[in-house]
Amino acid sequence: MTEYHVGNIDDIEEGGRKLIQCGEDEIGIFKLDGELYAWHNECAHRGGPVCQGVIMKRVLEPFGTDGKVRTLQYHEHDTHVVCPWHGYEYDIRTGVHPGHSGIKLRKADLVVRNGEVYVEPERSTAE
Amino acid sequence: MNDATPLSRPGEPMPVQTIGIHTDTRDILDHARKDAKKRGFEDWLICDIDAHHIESISWHEIIQYIEDPVVKDNAIRYYKQRMGAPPYGLNGDFGLRYQSVGGRIPMSDDRRETVSETDVHRDVVLTQRAMNSLGIDYMVVFPTPMLFLGMHPQPEMEVWLGRAYNRFMIERILAADDRIKTLAYIPFNTPEEAVRTVREVGHHDSVIGFCVTSTRYKPVHHNDYMELYSVMQEFDKPIAFHSGYHWQDPSLMTVNRFLGMHALGFVWCNMVHMTNWILNGIPERFPRLKSIWVESGLAWVPFLMQRLDDQYLMRQSEAPQLKKLPSEYMRENCWYTTQPMETTHPDALKVTLDMINAETQLLFASDWPHFDFDLPSTIYDLPFLSEQAKRNILGLNAARIFNLDPTPRKKL
Repeated sequence: MTEYHVGNIDDIEEGGRKLIQCGEDEIGIFKLDGELYAWHNECAHRGGPVCQGVIMKRVLEPFGTDGKVRTLQYHEHDTHVVCPWHGYEYDIRTGVHPGHSGIKLRKADLVVRNGEVYVEPERSTAE
Repeated sequence: MNDATPLSRPGEPMPVQTIGIHTDTRDILDHARKDAKKRGFEDWLICDIDAHHIESISWHEIIQYIEDPVVKDNAIRYYKQRMGAPPYGLNGDFGLRYQSVGGRIPMSDDRRETVSETDVHRDVVLTQRAMNSLGIDYMVVFPTPMLFLGMHPQPEMEVWLGRAYNRFMIERILAADDRIKTLAYIPFNTPEEAVRTVREVGHHDSVIGFCVTSTRYKPVHHNDYMELYSVMQEFDKPIAFHSGYHWQDPSLMTVNRFLGMHALGFVWCNMVHMTNWILNGIPERFPRLKSIWVESGLAWVPFLMQRLDDQYLMRQSEAPQLKKLPSEYMRENCWYTTQPMETTHPDALKVTLDMINAETQLLFASDWPHFDFDLPSTIYDLPFLSEQAKRNILGLNAARIFNLDPTPRKKL
């Protein structure tokens, strides 16, 4: 198996991402609260460049005990990346679509050694 | 990761880290281009019967083609003196502001990519970039905010703007690349002008049909339209009903989510027109006029087939021109574009394609660059279609009804 050097862990901005070409694969490495997450840049919907999309907090609509709603809110913790093709959203930490748990991003292996970040593409089942 | 120390290579940072309104079409659609190559689309004829440009960006050019000298002057002065104001004469639905899901799909907000070519119109370059990325041989380009012109309170404005747009398209866009086609805008609210328009532009090779925008309160079966259909039939070019939404339609005014309004609106107008088209026997009166139902998706068709057949058999005297079931007209006399193809329930989609006889009646459409655009792979990847059916849907059906050369012309 081949791993690819992404760079130093400090090169990735908190709340940001770095897109790396790994041979035929594209991998997005995200940093949230100091933790790194690596996903294949391939939306589960139509294969769109999901990791190059907008990063936003999850949207919530709280309702009171009387069943009424007033404002939308952003989730304090859950952070999404949105596929720029069709708007499919994924939780960056879990890779799961918030509207359907069966829709997931493909994970890439990630390791940090001596402050350097490496990723290894996951072989798709077709390969 | 494996325990053994793996071979390590430097990863190359990708040139585009974030896709935004300035990103080049070719970068946005890079995955589509790779998919097209992977699937071997080089030797597949692929016709995209519904893509769009944003004509309001070129509004200062389009208004130069307005026939009425006073309206033209008004539009030009408005453009020069009211910087930042909406384009003169357009009544685009305010729902257009919601297309990008609050900025989540940037290309739906704006497309400010760099175009260095100066020998052709910017929209020609953008269209070519999209065609070459998606693997398209012929792309039919429609306007965007003008899709709402049928709701304009001034029917004469639809005439002036629709006809100006046609002239702009023919001179500035179609003349630059014969792979780009259009369905001429028909000012349907004014039947006499609609006929005049067909007669004037119908002979043009790259005007491969006629577009009636569906968001309008006009009965398509009214006697006023019989001359129009007759002339279209003479030209042997199809009529397309291009759907759209109208959020301020009373029936949609209670729907507070764009997604709900969009899901219903894009279907509702074509359901109404199709019902009138069939029950009033237009296919019997103009049997050689092909009608195409554009951008309503497909799930509505089996629903309407079943509803109309069921009621028709109980009330045949109310539709006396019909010689077969409504569903049979919808299956044999009507054509449909694919997008936005509902794919979340594959069994239902298979039944839908069977019911509409997709092998001959279905035409691929991308709707690029809108938020619910489809790729040719949406059809290619369907497991229940034969290769011939896929080739028909992706291009050969369109070649037949639009008289296009079926030889693929793209280079991937």
